[in-house]
Amino acid sequence: MKPQRKKRLFAILATLAGVSIAVALVLVALSENINLFYKPSDVEAGKAPQNKTIKVGGLVVPGTVKRGENLLQVSFTIRDNQSDLEVRFDDVLPDLFKEGQGIVATGKLTEQGHFQASSVLAKHDENYMPPEVARALKESGHPVKDIN
Amino acid sequence: MIIEIAHFCLILAFFVAVFASVLPLWGSFYKNNALIRMARPAALIQFGLVFISFIGLVHAFVVDDFTVAYVANHSYSKLPLGFKMSAVWGAHEGSMLLWIVILTGWSAAVALFSRQLPEKAVARVLAVMAIISVGFLSFSLFTSNPFERLLPYFPVDGRDLNPLLQDFGFIIHPPFLYMGYVGFSVAFAFAIAALIGGELDSAWARWSRPWTLAAWVFLTIGIALGSWWAYYELGWGGWWFWDPVENASFMPWLTGTALIHTLAASEKRGVFKSWTVFLALLTFSLSLLGTFIVRSGVITSVHSFAQDPVRGLYILIFLGIVVVSALTLFVFRGSAVKSTGRYQLISKETFLLFNNLLLVFALLVVLFGTLYPLIMEAFDRSISVGSPYFNKVFPIFVFPLLLLLGIGHWLHWKKHPVDKLLKTARNILLIALSVLIIVSYWLYSFADTITWIGMFISAWIISSLLYDIAEKTKHGTSRIAALKKLKASFWGMQFAHSGIAVMLVGILLVSSNSSEKLIQFAPGETYQFDEYSIKFNGLKQVEGPNYTATRGVFLVLENDNAFTLLSEKRKYTASGQIMTEAGIDAGFTRDVYISLGEPLNDRSWSVRIYIKSFVRWIWLGAILMAIGGLLSVTDKRYRLKLKSKEVNNAV
Repeated sequence: MKPQRKKRLFAILATLAGVSIAVALVLVALSENINLFYKPSDVEAGKAPQNKTIKVGGLVVPGTVKRGENLLQVSFTIRDNQSDLEVRFDDVLPDLFKEGQGIVATGKLTEQGHFQASSVLAKHDENYMPPEVARALKESGHPVKDIN
Repeated sequence: MIIEIAHFCLILAFFVAVFASVLPLWGSFYKNNALIRMARPAALIQFGLVFISFIGLVHAFVVDDFTVAYVANHSYSKLPLGFKMSAVWGAHEGSMLLWIVILTGWSAAVALFSRQLPEKAVARVLAVMAIISVGFLSFSLFTSNPFERLLPYFPVDGRDLNPLLQDFGFIIHPPFLYMGYVGFSVAFAFAIAALIGGELDSAWARWSRPWTLAAWVFLTIGIALGSWWAYYELGWGGWWFWDPVENASFMPWLTGTALIHTLAASEKRGVFKSWTVFLALLTFSLSLLGTFIVRSGVITSVHSFAQDPVRGLYILIFLGIVVVSALTLFVFRGSAVKSTGRYQLISKETFLLFNNLLLVFALLVVLFGTLYPLIMEAFDRSISVGSPYFNKVFPIFVFPLLLLLGIGHWLHWKKHPVDKLLKTARNILLIALSVLIIVSYWLYSFADTITWIGMFISAWIISSLLYDIAEKTKHGTSRIAALKKLKASFWGMQFAHSGIAVMLVGILLVSSNSSEKLIQFAPGETYQFDEYSIKFNGLKQVEGPNYTATRGVFLVLENDNAFTLLSEKRKYTASGQIMTEAGIDAGFTRDVYISLGEPLNDRSWSVRIYIKSFVRWIWLGAILMAIGGLLSVTDKRYRLKLKSKEVNNAV
């Protein structure tokens, strides 16, 4: 082979190897860090895995926001019109958190059956409902207003 | 009345844009000089009309014209004047108008500052920009009109601007970001014009370089401002979230960075030309993709406002048309572009190629992570990609990129002798290692391997930059005289790259060396946190112009230095929204950050305390990068009149 061609072949092979390693890395990392979304009724039906980072969402049931003995721990119940799920959170709730409002929490489902949240998202627009929550509510037959 | 005039001006601008996108292009094909010469005035008129329209909307905000739906929804009579003006871009319709003002502004700037370019090339560039402006003007007029009236039943007062946006950072963040985003349309238009012309040479790269650099500077500042704003305004001290909207602005930044590097190679050495053109097309396409992500509301994000599927669909179609036609043009005409320069394996060209490859890989990482949830959404599965994905994968491509940076910038074009490279690299390595050891011994011992690696890379970059200065000033009568001879673009390179190193230190130390604590805190109590003694001095009720607030007063004792931090929980009168305003003491090596949580019982509150190590270095790095970009723009080379030969070749 001519040296020029050899160089080009080498360059192409190196690039291909680089690209495939890159794609493999990205896909592996992606599959490990995807957070699936579950409705409270999915959780009740046992569809959601335990001790794996997932997202749950629903409406915060009024009157369920409580503090534990350690006042920094807070718990509340979310609902999708079929099932309830208790969410515990050891941090400051977002400013826009309100009873009756849709929220999305990221965290893990524990063996005791409650959801230990590492973050709680409430949108900065009061009239906004996270799309996942809106769809979950629609699917479980809850009337949803203000969506699109 | 003013609102109607503003609306009318926007409609007129639309028609001007339609003509400006067809006639000069037509003229450039059929050698009609009258049509070619229309391009410049048309661009100026477009900008004038859109600007009047924009001022009309600002006026409506200033005089509290709540008959205008957009004003009623996003302003409030008691809002301070500065915020009334920035409320113009506080939501979807107005920020699209700002986008258009900036787009036509860039066109007008091209029209004014391209006297040395051939008329035909300018006509084509401006026509391409007019096509983009037709797309956005029609988007604004047909789907997002900010001038709609609420007559006859209009509210007596507005619903107030989102409290998160009532802030200085927000006044300036969107304009800078858009200046950057939209500024890449100039590079895009230059690339398309060159493809239409069928010939690309170093003159083309020289023309588009200062524009691309300018856009890059704006985007860099815009992203940094957004990060700074999120840091102090969202109340929990995060400075980057890998949020889809942040990624949307970061993706064009990555390819834009690749573009300014490869433009240099194309201009000086005539290499990678078709790749450069491709990057110019890609960068603006990513700006449009970003607009789609932000505007369509398809993604759950802290900042996506529009939840209107029609708007999303419109931008998606527009994006499709732009990308497909640009790529088609590239496929058919790009092959005509021949790179002329030859280079050896060990040369600046090869390292720039690596720079580009790694930046594009980094882009793909972000792109995958951002679009994957969108694609799955189409299959009816709700997922999200967590930030661990980005934090894990991104450094895999960025660390090698930064390592190579420490070599690439001082290599010769074409060919660098291997023995010389090894010798210089060894010297730089020795300096970098000594710096690292000294820093880690006296200042900090770093928490983990990744911090060690990163800190080494930062020391490596800084050492290579200083070594380069020392080498470049070795000859000549004196060091000072030699320093003065170095060109603006050299200093631009130095500043921008040192910015990267400084930012890297900030990112690493704020992630590994910060501490935070959530505590139950009652007035009168004192809490000892590391070397800080924090006393809760009580709560006060405060009246703001459009809010009431509970203000916590904290006295912080740091060694012998005492200072007070005020952090507030505000309730905005019109919307009833609650907002946390953190108390921050900014410092060169650390920020003390206290934010008020919630009342826990009748006495105590939950209070969050952060010590953010070296966090300011992140934005300091961005400022250095922006200074670097500015210095490069001012390089004399761009202002010289081009030789006539180059000009003729290019068109």
